[in-house]
Amino acid sequence: MAETQGILMPLIQSECQILKNYRDRGGYEAAKKALSMTPDEVIQEVQSSNLRGLGGAGFPTGRKWAFVPKNSSKPVYLVVNCDESEPGTFKDKYIITRATHALIEGIIIASYAIGAHTAYIYIRGEYVRQAEVLEQAIQEAYDNGILGKKVLGKKFSLDVYVHRGAGAYICGEETALLESLEGKKGWPRMKPPFPAIEGLFRCPTIVNNVETLAYVPFIIKNGARWFAEMGTERSGGMRLYCVSGHVNKPGVYELPVTTTLREIIYEHAGGVPGNKKIKAVVPGGSSSPPLRADELDVAAEFDALMKLGTMAGSGGIIVMDEDTCLLEILTVTTHFYHHESCGQCTPCREGTGWMDKILNRMLSGEGRIEDVDHLEEIASGIMGNTICPLGDAAAMPVLGYLKRFREEFESHALYKKCFDGEFAELKAAS
Amino acid sequence: MPTITIDGKQLTVDEGKTVIQAAEEAGIYIPRYCYHPGLRIVGQCRICLVEIEKMPKLQVACYTRVQDGMVVHVNSEKAKRARQQVLEFLLVNHPIDCPVCDQAGECYLQEYYMQFGLYDPKMVEDKNKKHKAVPVGPHVVLDSERCILCTRCVRFCDEISKTSELGVFHRGDHAELLPYPGRTLDNPYSANVVDICPVGALTERDFRFKVRVWYLDETKSVCPGCATGCNIEIHTSKARPYKNEGRRIARLKPRYNPDVNDYWICDYGRYGFLFVDDDSRIEQPLVKQNGEFQELSWDDALQMVSGVINTALENGKAVRILGSAQMTNEDLYALKRFGNEVLETHDIPVTVKPLEKPYSDDFLIREDKNPNTRGAALLGFDTEPAATEKLLTACRNGEVYTLIIFHHDLFKGFAEDEVKAALDKVDSVIFVGSNLNPTAELASYVLPSCTWAEKDGTFTNYAGRVQKINEAIEPLEGSLPEWKILRRLARQFDHTFAYFEAEDVFRDIVKKVPAFTGMSYRALGDRGMLVSENGRSVQQAEVKEELTVVSK
Ligand SMILES: Cc1cc2nc3c(=O)[nH]c(=O)nc-3n(C[C@H](O)[C@H](O)[C@H](O)COP(=O)(O)O)c2cc1C
Ligand code: SF4
Ligand code: SF4
Ligand code: SF4
Ligand code: FES
Repeated sequence: MAETQGILMPLIQSECQILKNYRDRGGYEAAKKALSMTPDEVIQEVQSSNLRGLGGAGFPTGRKWAFVPKNSSKPVYLVVNCDESEPGTFKDKYIITRATHALIEGIIIASYAIGAHTAYIYIRGEYVRQAEVLEQAIQEAYDNGILGKKVLGKKFSLDVYVHRGAGAYICGEETALLESLEGKKGWPRMKPPFPAIEGLFRCPTIVNNVETLAYVPFIIKNGARWFAEMGTERSGGMRLYCVSGHVNKPGVYELPVTTTLREIIYEHAGGVPGNKKIKAVVPGGSSSPPLRADELDVAAEFDALMKLGTMAGSGGIIVMDEDTCLLEILTVTTHFYHHESCGQCTPCREGTGWMDKILNRMLSGEGRIEDVDHLEEIASGIMGNTICPLGDAAAMPVLGYLKRFREEFESHALYKKCFDGEFAELKAAS
Repeated sequence: MPTITIDGKQLTVDEGKTVIQAAEEAGIYIPRYCYHPGLRIVGQCRICLVEIEKMPKLQVACYTRVQDGMVVHVNSEKAKRARQQVLEFLLVNHPIDCPVCDQAGECYLQEYYMQFGLYDPKMVEDKNKKHKAVPVGPHVVLDSERCILCTRCVRFCDEISKTSELGVFHRGDHAELLPYPGRTLDNPYSANVVDICPVGALTERDFRFKVRVWYLDETKSVCPGCATGCNIEIHTSKARPYKNEGRRIARLKPRYNPDVNDYWICDYGRYGFLFVDDDSRIEQPLVKQNGEFQELSWDDALQMVSGVINTALENGKAVRILGSAQMTNEDLYALKRFGNEVLETHDIPVTVKPLEKPYSDDFLIREDKNPNTRGAALLGFDTEPAATEKLLTACRNGEVYTLIIFHHDLFKGFAEDEVKAALDKVDSVIFVGSNLNPTAELASYVLPSCTWAEKDGTFTNYAGRVQKINEAIEPLEGSLPEWKILRRLARQFDHTFAYFEAEDVFRDIVKKVPAFTGMSYRALGDRGMLVSENGRSVQQAEVKEELTVVSK
């Protein structure tokens, strides 16, 4: 974390889990400003900023907030998604432990905008120490009149609760999260109704990612335009990229969303150890299809990556050098989704397990050439046919690796080893 | 009302209908596992995927609501392929033990595989192991390897019986349907889960391994277990009773009737048929000689019984009747005529109040365990228990010379010495019933009647719904329906009841009893008809109330 530029990074580096540090950097001024605006003005501002959901789906945040029915007779809830479990993603952890008050301020502004007086932070069970830090900061906010009956002395009340999950990736999916928060098994709900209409306890609910909310105070403080101008036409600002795998300086980097993958990997994350070549890059968490080394001059941004058939997702960039066995990578990835499938709907429940078994058999040297086609068929049978996007998340890597690196898998099936570039001749000879 | 097109058929359906329901109206069946019209819709199994124009992804027909102008393709290549794949997924970890599975023949895995599966199996991996042959409750066995996790049974226990014994544990393809720790599936409606389980994961302990379903015949009937009169099917195994411990009835299944029981029946009713082929069945008329029953022919029996009655009548002594609301309207009407015309008695009680208050709830199970108390009342019988008490007092006071008892075991309603004191004072007790019981043992004459499964007729349920029962099996040799017994008995007194079929009796009822105006066996159909009072159908309010009870 060498950077001092950016929006959240300077806070992270100056320990903004402590109220004083955050106040020294102008903390909670944005919330005061928002509370003097109308809720609609706040929503409008966020909408104009082109802030998009950074939990993975990239849905425009202001537009989502506007779905909450006005003057609902039921209570409205804000739920903060801090389940952060997508492999390759580790940014929210820094926000909740080091830019904690920025998140709390974001929660205040969002709650005010949608008319919520209760917010829940759903935090993954494994984040034990992180939850403690978060609780402390919330307590500090209560003690200083920032939360509670009169937020910042204004006529607005807000209570914030931290709820710890029990260690299931699926509970990051917003409707499974809501079920879990209600004390039930984390099974995603059928949609519609969407949470904004019928969410927690069947009341209108907005679910937002930690990072999404942490940017909100700065949009209010500096204006929508300032944020929008950092990005593209449809996607504003910066975001936190989590870079891992074969790079010299793995870590979290906050950069404008127009930054290309190549810049992120080579200019910020220090390039590949031993100057090896890159074989594949996963651009947005383990569910996003990988790119080849010649495709890295693309902005690590929702729309640009979508055009390449992959996703910006949660901002988790995983770099794999030329010596990486992609069969091993896909097996580990698939095993993860198999393990985390909630088991509710047939294609994902049975398909993930089946693919996991095939890949493991291939890895143990028992592969058959037809396995490659079978994997593709199974993944296609899951894709788009499930209750929640976890099914797609399991299918996309399989389809993606097979689309761009099919020869790697055929090589394992035929010759029980990684592809070494001589495949064509061997195949022809066989 | 939205107009939609399904596989080229255009139709207008009610707002709020789902695609699967609309398709059904158009005569197009969309496969389903998790969808059940009596349960909450969850969209979990994905077998009902269909293609809808302007929607990028396939949609589940069970959950998607119709919208005006919607164009649905149930059988596009894409939809067909997806359903085939869902079926293939369902069989990935399925044990396929059809040869030893009770569900074979009525299994929706088998059914759909033949309809649209037929793929080349690609699965070569080891299958996951789960629990097999777990007795989850008094009536139900679970094989969780066969379970396709459609959660119908879970929802039944949550929403219908409201007992929540079952849940899905673990995740992914290790997910397993099981009772919650320490729970057993022992609610009063438990065996309904077997009916709704689309595969052989939940089977009946009673039915298990007895008969292959393709040997079964089905007859529509009504449960005689209580005043609700749930609609049922009687499944009989006439050809191979030896495979079924000699029982001709293999099982009872609920039959859909939204006005009565929806899709459900209770366990008491479901297993209430065992008396039909029980050892206690009476197979011939009996006469007591020197304290022992002797079998005799019907002709002899009717002659003896009519002789006893005649003697009493000629001497001006009282012959009284205790009827039963277990009898059909037809039986009761013949009994009423016999009482009125032959014995000139107008005051016939039918109800014995049980000593122990029977179980009841606010769903289907009613305290009155008789299927036809309302019918008896409408036909002019005294359905108050007090009337029976009065009759027994009269017996005790020596005022009754001959007593004809239908079905009842008086010991279930009165103290032992009370019954004995009363019957001791009666010169002859004539018992008419299908099975021997302690009261029958005290009779001088016993005439065997057949059971509800062995005859045609009608019951009128507590709400006034007249419903048809049908002969599922022939009367046990030697037994007759009560109306026939009474017809023959009346003949002995030169009274002719011109009935040849139960339907003839019913026609007579319709003619003579205003409550039954406008009815016929045909008009009753599969769902029955409400009796009328003063020419109007019985209060709608009462019926509405009954509906809400049923549909919750
Ligand atoms: C399987 C699955 C796991 C998810 N996990 C997370 C997560 O850990 N954190 C998160 O913020 N969003 C996660 N999401 C996305 C959420 O469903 C939801 O889109 C997001 O919380 C909305 O917030 P945003 O609009 O601010 O991104 C997940 C989605 C799926 C399908
Ligand atoms: S797609 Fe997978 S995780 Fe999502 S509901 Fe279906 S089984 Fe559960
Ligand atoms: S459930 Fe169906 S497919 Fe499975 S073993 Fe039984 S009959 Fe065969
Ligand atoms: S046991 Fe039967 S009804 Fe229950 S979930 Fe399994 S397949 Fe469905
Ligand atoms: S029947 Fe529609 S998803 Fe199961």
